[in-house]
This record gives sequence, C-alpha cells and structure tokens, in this order.
Amino acid sequence: MLYTLLCYNKEDVVWSWSKEEDAAVMARLSVVHEKLVKEGKLGTSLRLLPTTAATTLRGGGIVIDGPFAETKEQLLGFYVIDVENLDAALDAAKQLSAANPTSVYEIRPIALYVPDTRPDAPTQMIKAY
Amino acid sequence: MTDLTWIHGALTAARPQAVGALLRYFRDMNRAEEAFQDACLRALKSWPEKGPPRDPTAWLILVGRNAALDGVRKQSRTTALPPDEEISDLGDAESELAERLDGSHYRDDVLRLLFICCHPDLPATQQIALALRIVSGLSVAQIARAFLVSDAAMEQRITRAKQRVGGADVPFETPGPAERAERVAAVAAMIYLLFNEGYSAGDDPERAHLCDEAIRLARLLLRLFQTEPEIMGLTALMMLQQSRLAARFDPNGDVILLEDQDRRLWDVKLISEGLALMDKAMRHNRPGPYQVQAAIAAIHSRAPVAEDTDWAGIDGLYLALERMQPSPVITLNRAVAVAKLHGPAAALEMIEPLEKPLAGYFHYFGARGAFLLQLGRTQEARQAFDRAIALANTPAEAAHIRRHLDRVIASSSSEAAGH
Repeated sequence: MLYTLLCYNKEDVVWSWSKEEDAAVMARLSVVHEKLVKEGKLGTSLRLLPTTAATTLRGGGIVIDGPFAETKEQLLGFYVIDVENLDAALDAAKQLSAANPTSVYEIRPIALYVPDTRPDAPTQMIKAY
Repeated sequence: MTDLTWIHGALTAARPQAVGALLRYFRDMNRAEEAFQDACLRALKSWPEKGPPRDPTAWLILVGRNAALDGVRKQSRTTALPPDEEISDLGDAESELAERLDGSHYRDDVLRLLFICCHPDLPATQQIALALRIVSGLSVAQIARAFLVSDAAMEQRITRAKQRVGGADVPFETPGPAERAERVAAVAAMIYLLFNEGYSAGDDPERAHLCDEAIRLARLLLRLFQTEPEIMGLTALMMLQQSRLAARFDPNGDVILLEDQDRRLWDVKLISEGLALMDKAMRHNRPGPYQVQAAIAAIHSRAPVAEDTDWAGIDGLYLALERMQPSPVITLNRAVAVAKLHGPAAALEMIEPLEKPLAGYFHYFGARGAFLLQLGRTQEARQAFDRAIALANTPAEAAHIRRHLDRVIASSSSEAAGH
C-alpha cells in the first residue's frame, strides 16, 4: 500500500529557526530518510515553502493570494508539476479545475524536492491502483 | 534541538500576537511587556515538565494577563479593595481562551503593535529599536551591540521612544483605509531600513542577524497583507539579497562583488521563495519601488554565471525605478548596467552630473573610479578611489577600494617601469 505522510507544524516557528537549528532538524530527519531508503520504503519526499508563497485557485477561475484556508473541505490529493513560473502552474491548475470544477487548488512552491530513487517504483505505483 | 530551544522558538513566534493582545487588555506598553515576560518565565518552568500547550500563544496571553491582574490584586489588597470587574475577569478564563483560539483579534493586535513601533512621531532609529525590542523581543544589550552603541544609550533610546508613543495618540481602533496604507508603508520602510542596517554591516554576524530579523518581520507583515504586491516585493527583495550572504565576503571579511561571487554559495531556498513571491506580485500588475528592486535582484538570482546577467533588463528596471522615485543613487545604479551594455565611457558621462548631489557618497566615487580604471585613466581613477576610501562606512568597504587602488598603483608602476 502507498501512503503519504503529511507533516504539519507552525510555519512562523519553523521559518524562524536559525540555519543551525534548521540544519540540526534536517540532519536528524535525513538519518530516518536514509534508513527508509535502505528499506526500500521511501518514495518522493519534499518540503514546501511557507503559505505566504501560496496562491489559491477556486472554481470559476478565481485566483486568490494566500493558502487554502477553509476547514469545510479536506485534502484529497496533490500533484507535483514542473513548470516555468506561477502563471504556468495556474494554467495547469485551471485545466484540472475545469475537469473537476468543485475542487480548489492551492498552488504552493516546493522548497526541497527529493525524488523517488527506488528502481521498482513505477511497478509499485501501478500495483497500488 | 533540546526542549529549551523549541520553547525559545515558540516564545519568539508567539511574541507579536501575545504582546499585541496584552496591549489591547492593558493599553500600556510596559505592562503588556511585563505580563508577557512573566508568562514566558512560567512557560520555561511549566512546558518542559508538562509538555507544550496545544496553542502556546493563547496560553501565554491568558497566563500573562492573569499574572498581571494577580499583581494588581495583591497590590490593591494592601491599599484598598480591588474593583469588582477586575476580580470577575479572573473567572472567565475558559471563554477568554475560546475567544483567543478563534484568532479574530490576531490581525488588529499585531498590526497595532507594528503601527505603534512605526509611529510617525518617532525618528527611524527609534522605530527600529522599538520594533526590535517589542515585536522581535531582542534584549536591549543585543540591540545595542547591533547598532554599536552602549547598553545605556540604547536603553535610553527605547525608553524615550516608549514615552513618545505613550503620550501620543495610540490607535486602539483600526485606522481608516488611507491612514492604514500610510502606516503600512511606514512599517515596510522600517523593515527595509532594519535590513539595510544588517546588510551594510559587513560580515559581523551580530549585525548580519538584523537581516534575518527583517525578513521575519516582513513575513509577519505579509501574513497580515496577503494580497499586497509591494509587501510581496519587499519580502522578495530582502530574501534575494540575503540569499547571497555566504558569498559576499572573503575569509578576511572583505567584500566580494556580485560578479565575482561563487554563485554555488547562494541560498537556493531563499531564492526560490523570493522568486515565488515575485511571481505572485507580478500578477497584480501594480508595480512599485520594492517590486522593481526585487525584479532587479531576481535578474541576478536567475543568472547561473555573471556573464549571463540580463543587463538590458536591469537597465530597463532602473529606468522604471528612476521614474517612480527620481534619485541620483538610482541613476548611479543604472550607470553600472549602462557600463555593461554600452561601455564605461557612456556610464561615466551619465554619472558626471551626479557629482554634486553625491559628493558625500562612497559608492559614487567607487563607481567613478571603476569606470575610469576601465578606460585606462589611472590617475583620475586613483583620485576617485582616494575619495571613496575617505567616505567608506565600514572597514570592509574601505578594504575593497584599497584593493582597486593597489591594482592602479601596480599598473601605473609597471607603466613607469616600461617607460
């Protein structure tokens, strides 16, 4: 079974960490990452930029600065896209929104992206469906 | 990270909102600060044992408020009976907590705090000192070290600032849109001044920390004004400049110019956040000086090597900036782009009329010397560099020019040897 682990924290605290504090946390995390990689359990992992860097696309093509802030909807899925800039990202989101008009898309830039390095990753992905 | 480091981070992050809320209760800066201090001391005792509360900010506000009211009660017991409303206030902790958790006051509380620090009656130096003390929570000693003054002098500066805003008309009600925009602009200007204070400090880590603090305050302001492109621009501008920190100085602390920096040392995370904010700002089609300056910084950030820099783009952006806020300093900056595009002679001609307004400006003579040197006019270059050194603000600036001067001397002595 494929799982995604979603990490929550207070961004004003985390983004106030000094470089040393940040590096210390990342170093401790990377020990776990390496262990999971060895065990063949780790897929893609990534760290997001703070919500101040986010833009939200609502139905009907309405673009709002900032993160998705409602609590009535739940997180149901996410995409990673590789595009030139925010306009291109919004363009992709608008296509998705047209296909699924009730969904809201928060466009959040990625700060750190660690790709899946497992040789058998694609097979497992198909298996999960 | 130990528990205490975690607590320190939580206290720092909670500070603007907590002090802002306590100020709303007490309408007195010193009392609000003391109450917060009190709550922090209790947090340091209680959190390591009991674990952090679910909402540290709400906890700090409640505990700080109750501790201060307790103090009032004890004081009044020895003199007279406390007023009823103050005692009954202690009982409604639960409903207070509920009110706090919904965060409805958050925006106004933090804004009020920022507005007070940037009160128009305060000179810029006092605004910065007050913001660092009250919003950022730096100690007086830390601020004094960052501004190279004695603790006593800084204490006095902050006390004076507090007295001034204490006596002034402090806006407890939310100001109207026009006044609000004006005051937000004042907060932004204070944050950028703070940043420049750190940025121009050379590689002194204590002062360079001011840049991180300015970025933290900008993020705070941006959370309050999520749709304001100039705040996005300001935040992006500082992030893009700060991304070069590790590449800006050599091991001796001497300045390394942008074009000579090892770009692999640039902070990719800060650059991507700055560029992301610029993308957001551009969508608003409401350009302003911070956005234009950030766009200039972004051109440098996007160039993998100095030779790839889009100097025509930079020239155009400086032209736009000149139109927004005409200033000889901006023209001087544009001349650097012009030198790259059309050669040093064109740049020199462009800055000639600036000599009078910039007669006391270090960078004017630095740039003039560099253009003259490129043109082979070494004697004049030498004079310009001499004046630059006399005007240098930091030892790093002076050392940088001195290296230029050494090159002039070396080339002229080799010329002399050749004759």
